[in-house]
Amino acid sequence: MARAVTPRRKAITTAAAWTIGLLLFFPILWTILTSFKTEAEAIASPPSFVFFDWTLENYGVVQDRSGYMKFLWNSIIIAGGSTLLGIIVAVPAAWSMAFVPSARTKDILLWMLSTKMLPAVGVLYPISLVFIKLGILDTRIGLVIVLMLINLPIIVWMLYTYFREIPSEILEAARMDGASLREEIFHVLTPMAVPGIASTLLLNFILAWNEAFWTLNLTAANAAPLTSFIASYSSPEGLFFAKLSAASTMAIAPILILGWFSQKQLVRGLTFGAVK
Amino acid sequence: MATAHSRTAARYMMAPAVTLLLGWMLVPLIMTLYFSFSDYRPLRGVFEPWVGFENYVRFWNSSSFADSVWTTLILVAAVLIITLTIGVLLALLLNEQIFGQGIVRILVISPFFVMPTVSALVWKNMMMDPNNGVLSHVWRFFGATPHDFLSQSPLLSIILILSWQWLPFATLILLTAIQSLDSEQLEAAEMDGAPALSRFWYLILPHLGRAITIVTLIQTIFLLSIFAEIFVTTGGAFGTRTLSYLVFQRIVESQNIGLGSAGGIFAVIVANIVAIFLMRIVGKNLDA
Repeated sequence: MARAVTPRRKAITTAAAWTIGLLLFFPILWTILTSFKTEAEAIASPPSFVFFDWTLENYGVVQDRSGYMKFLWNSIIIAGGSTLLGIIVAVPAAWSMAFVPSARTKDILLWMLSTKMLPAVGVLYPISLVFIKLGILDTRIGLVIVLMLINLPIIVWMLYTYFREIPSEILEAARMDGASLREEIFHVLTPMAVPGIASTLLLNFILAWNEAFWTLNLTAANAAPLTSFIASYSSPEGLFFAKLSAASTMAIAPILILGWFSQKQLVRGLTFGAVK
Repeated sequence: MATAHSRTAARYMMAPAVTLLLGWMLVPLIMTLYFSFSDYRPLRGVFEPWVGFENYVRFWNSSSFADSVWTTLILVAAVLIITLTIGVLLALLLNEQIFGQGIVRILVISPFFVMPTVSALVWKNMMMDPNNGVLSHVWRFFGATPHDFLSQSPLLSIILILSWQWLPFATLILLTAIQSLDSEQLEAAEMDGAPALSRFWYLILPHLGRAITIVTLIQTIFLLSIFAEIFVTTGGAFGTRTLSYLVFQRIVESQNIGLGSAGGIFAVIVANIVAIFLMRIVGKNLDA
C-alpha cells in the first residue's frame, strides 16, 4: 500500500500496536525473565523486572534433576520422524492429485481432511489397546506413527496446494523429452517443489512438536517428549517458579524461533487454501 | 494430458496415504463402536459383549453429560467471540503503517507456537497464581485483594488461556484476508467521504465474512477437543469438564470403557456436525 499517512496517525497506530503486541507477548517474556532469577527472587513481591542478579543456575538444575536432554531428544525424534515419514507418504499422493486429477480427487481431499476432525478421545482406548498388542506403547516409533497419521491430511493438503501452482506444461515438456515418471518426479518436479516441501516440513514439525493429547496419553517414562515433561511440573513442589520457567523456556524457545519463520505457511496450512 | 498409464501410476501413488488414513479412521472407530455396546470395565474384570444401547442411555441421562455439553458450549462460544472481536480489531491495526511492523507481528503471533502444556502452566503459575502471579501483583498494586483465578473462576480462566493461544491464529488469518482487499476500492470510498465506520461495515466486514467463517469452524473443531489446558490446570474440576474431557475421564480415570466409548461416539457426532459445514466451504473453494 502506497497510501500517504500523516506522521501523527502513524505514531498513534505504532504506539497502539506495540502496546498490544507487548501485552500479548508478556507471559512469554515474563517466563523467560523469571528463568534467570533465583527461586527467592522469583517470588519476591513486588517482583523486579530486570534489576535482579541474573543466574543460569535453573537451567543446570532442570537438566540435572529431570534429564531435560532426554525429553528434548524424544521431541526431536518424534516431531522430526513423523513429519519426514508424512512427507514421504504424502508427496506421491499430492503429486497424483495435483497433476492427474480425476473426478474423485476433490472427494478424496475432503475425506482426508475429515479424518483430521475425528475427536481423539473417541479413539483413545482402541489406539492404546492396539499399541499394547503391538508392544509400541510408550515408544518413540509408536508416537511417530500416530503423529504422522494425525498430520498427514494437513501435509497432503499443503503439498497439493503448492504442487498445483507448478505449471503442468513443464512436466509435459519433460515427458515429451522422454523423461520417465520417476525422472519427472525426482528431477523436474521435486526441485521446483522444494520451497513448498520445506514450508510443509516446517509447519508440521511445529504442529507435531506441540501436540499434547497423544504425547500425554501414549507415553510414560521412556518416550515422553517435552509436552509431557512440562506437564509433570503441574504438581506443585514448593519453590519452583524459576525452575518451571527455565524448563518452559527450553521447551518453547526452539519452536518459537521456527514459528516466526512460518507465519505465511500457517495461514495456508491451517485454512486449507481457503484464505489467501 | 494424463494418459491411461499415468492414471494407473497416480492410483498407486495415492494408495499408501489413502490406505493409512482409512485404517486410522476405521479400525479405532469400529472398535469404539463395538465397545460402546458392551459392558467393559477391565479393572473389575467385567466384560459383557452386548448390552444394547444401555451405555448410550446412561451417558445421555447422566447429569455430568448435560453439564459437560453446557460447559463446552460456553467455552467454545466465549473463545470464538473474544478471538474474533479482538482479532478483527487487531488485524485492522496491524494493516496500518507502523514502525517495526515485523517485530509487532512476531510478538502477536508468538502465543500460537507455545505448546499447550507450557501455556497452561505459565498462565496457572506465572500469571494467575494468587500469591505470586503477575495478575495478583497488579491487583495488589491497585489495592485490591488478589483474585484466585483458577479456583474462583476456573472456566473463565481457561477461556482466557485459550483465547490467548488462539487470538494470534484469528488475527493472522483475518490480516491475510484484509490485505487481499482491493485498496483502490477503499480509497475511492474514502475520497467519496464515507466515514471510517461505514467503510468498515460495508466494505471490510463483508470481505472478511469468509475468513471469519473459516476461523470459526477451524477453531471450533480444535476447541471441541482441547485437552492439555484442562488437564494441567483444573483436571476437569469446578465446572471445567468439557464433553471430550468427560469421555477421557470415563475411559482413563474410571476405566469404564463401555460408557466412555458411548460418550466418545457422541463427541464424534458433535464434531462431524461442525466438520460438514467446514467441508462445504473448503469444497466450494476447490472448484474455484
